[in-house]
Amino acid sequence: MTELIEVHGVSKAFGGVIANNDISLVVPEGRITGLIGPNGSGKTTLFNSIVGYHPIDGGSITFEGQEISDMRVQQIARLGLLRTFQQTRIYSKMNCVENMLISVPHRHETYSTLFRKYGPDVTEKAEHLLEFVGLYQKRHLISGDLSFGQQKLLEFAMALMNAPRDLLLDEPTAGINPTLINGLIDRLRRATAEMGITLFVIEHNMPVIMGLADNIYCLANGRVLAHGLPDEIQNDERVINAYLGAH
Amino acid sequence: MNITKGQVLLYGGILTAAIAAPLVFPNYTFQFTVLWVMILLALTWDVLGGQMGYNSLGNIFFFGAGMYVCTIVQIGLYYDVAAYTSAYGAVKVEFTAEQYFTGLTLGLIAAALASVVFAVVFGWVVFGLRGPYFAIGTLGVALSAGELAGAWEYIGGGGGIALPTYPGEPDERSLFFYILCSLLAVATFFTLKKVYSGRFGLAINAIRDDEEKAEGMGIHTKRYKTIGWSISAFFLGISGGLFGNMIGFIEPLEVAFPTVTFGIFMVVMCLLGGKGTLWGPVVGATLFHAFKEITWTYMLGWQWVALGTLIIVLVVFFQQGIVGWVQEKWPERFGISVDDRVVAVSKPEVRANPESHEAAQ
Ligand SMILES: Nc1ncnc2c1ncn2[C@@H]1O[C@H](COP(=O)(O)OP(=O)(O)O)[C@@H](O)[C@H]1O
Ligand SMILES: [Mg+2]
Repeated sequence: MTELIEVHGVSKAFGGVIANNDISLVVPEGRITGLIGPNGSGKTTLFNSIVGYHPIDGGSITFEGQEISDMRVQQIARLGLLRTFQQTRIYSKMNCVENMLISVPHRHETYSTLFRKYGPDVTEKAEHLLEFVGLYQKRHLISGDLSFGQQKLLEFAMALMNAPRDLLLDEPTAGINPTLINGLIDRLRRATAEMGITLFVIEHNMPVIMGLADNIYCLANGRVLAHGLPDEIQNDERVINAYLGAH
Repeated sequence: MNITKGQVLLYGGILTAAIAAPLVFPNYTFQFTVLWVMILLALTWDVLGGQMGYNSLGNIFFFGAGMYVCTIVQIGLYYDVAAYTSAYGAVKVEFTAEQYFTGLTLGLIAAALASVVFAVVFGWVVFGLRGPYFAIGTLGVALSAGELAGAWEYIGGGGGIALPTYPGEPDERSLFFYILCSLLAVATFFTLKKVYSGRFGLAINAIRDDEEKAEGMGIHTKRYKTIGWSISAFFLGISGGLFGNMIGFIEPLEVAFPTVTFGIFMVVMCLLGGKGTLWGPVVGATLFHAFKEITWTYMLGWQWVALGTLIIVLVVFFQQGIVGWVQEKWPERFGISVDDRVVAVSKPEVRANPESHEAAQ
């Protein structure tokens, strides 16, 4: 088993708030890794640090063995390390198909491909993925007019369109209609099993992450509190206390 | 691409009108030429302002830069520029027909290339700015270019430069510039139509909707922004060169870098027609030019008040513009509809605009 992402001693402070404090963890390839923790424990900050959204104060982050902590967001994305946003971000004045088309990988973009049209294979893939998340019928609607949950699904489909090696999902089920959550979990599993995309998932909903992840890290106050299999995490005293104490 | 009957009618109608206009109303050829230039100004402004969400107030810079570069090349090919400009047109200098057309051709090519170089260089600086800072930053570029040209004696300073005279009859001259300006505006339109329809168009739309997301998805945002500005600058530079020659005399503030007239008009025209659409700038420029000519003719003294009122009405009540309004009113005609052929979802909803607008941030 190879480690796709390795985080070593990463720290990040905002003014006086130490959001990430000496965090070390690994994301193994081809698996689903969970990241849990009370509100404000530093989960989103860690994602931001990994994808180059802000410079880190110290430590090292590697992706496929390559140091990425000094790279910019776009460079990291082009390596195949992508994230979705907790607040869901899509291109709200474009329709769903257009959102998908512009999400193709930009790894091998050159000046001559900048003006190309998309081939039928690309459009087909876009439509196939929209069908995969259940948005096929709405593909010609302006994406900003979709419901919040649908926008979240679209953002997920856009990430798949980019065919990343590793996808970081920030609370993918938040705001999704509870009746649709099981379907979404199934799709996340298929993204890993069928498309070979390694997932690193922040999730607030405990039953969801317990059923989804192969192994879980728990953060509290910016530090790694516990790490283990879902069963171990579920029964870990420290985790239970952190969650109870935080609410 | 299949061409519909509507398209044939539309393009055929425009072509007919374009050919007929200067022949039927020869006294207005100059006004028609200015209309084509206005269409070009609006189209090129919309690349950044409408399609990419970067509101530039300084695009007129490329117009003026192209104008000066073209002029200097036209003169410099055959005379000493400093001697020519210091004479302030007092000494009549003859250009043969061959010299004139050679100079104009090379001048326009130089204007186009120089404008692109300027776009790349300034883009490098101003694309670090967002929102109002970008607008003010670009405005600063245009204003200081006007001041700089006014202080630079080599290119005529504030006194300006008289262009080489056209070797032919006045009527022929008007028609000559009408044809060139209309062809250039049409070329601009079809170039933009082409580039908007592919990856480039979607990329700049994505930058408009959420640049940070676009960066996060790995889009080469800087590259697209620079290229978008360069395309605008390319056509603006040529149009400036042509416009200077058509006027026959250029000076920095009124002709080359008219920041508060043409520089603002191009924005107003896009707002009026519908920014971020291909046809909006064309519709807006045409109506605006008509509006302007009418108010300037019949409301002299009040024309600026009328213009100000138009701007306020647009900004407050009619932000989507004419084409934008049409698209909102009949979305199905623009392909914005639910497709219920393939039922991939368990519960198909057949509503075009469901619940939350707020969810779209
Ligand atoms: N950009 C920022 N500026 C200032 N403080 C921040 C910023 N981002 C996060 N924080 C702070 O860092 C801490 C961790 O936040 P976050 O990573 O969003 O937590 P989580 O995602 O686990 O809920 C919080 O105290 C939060 O207020
Ligand atoms: Mg968070």
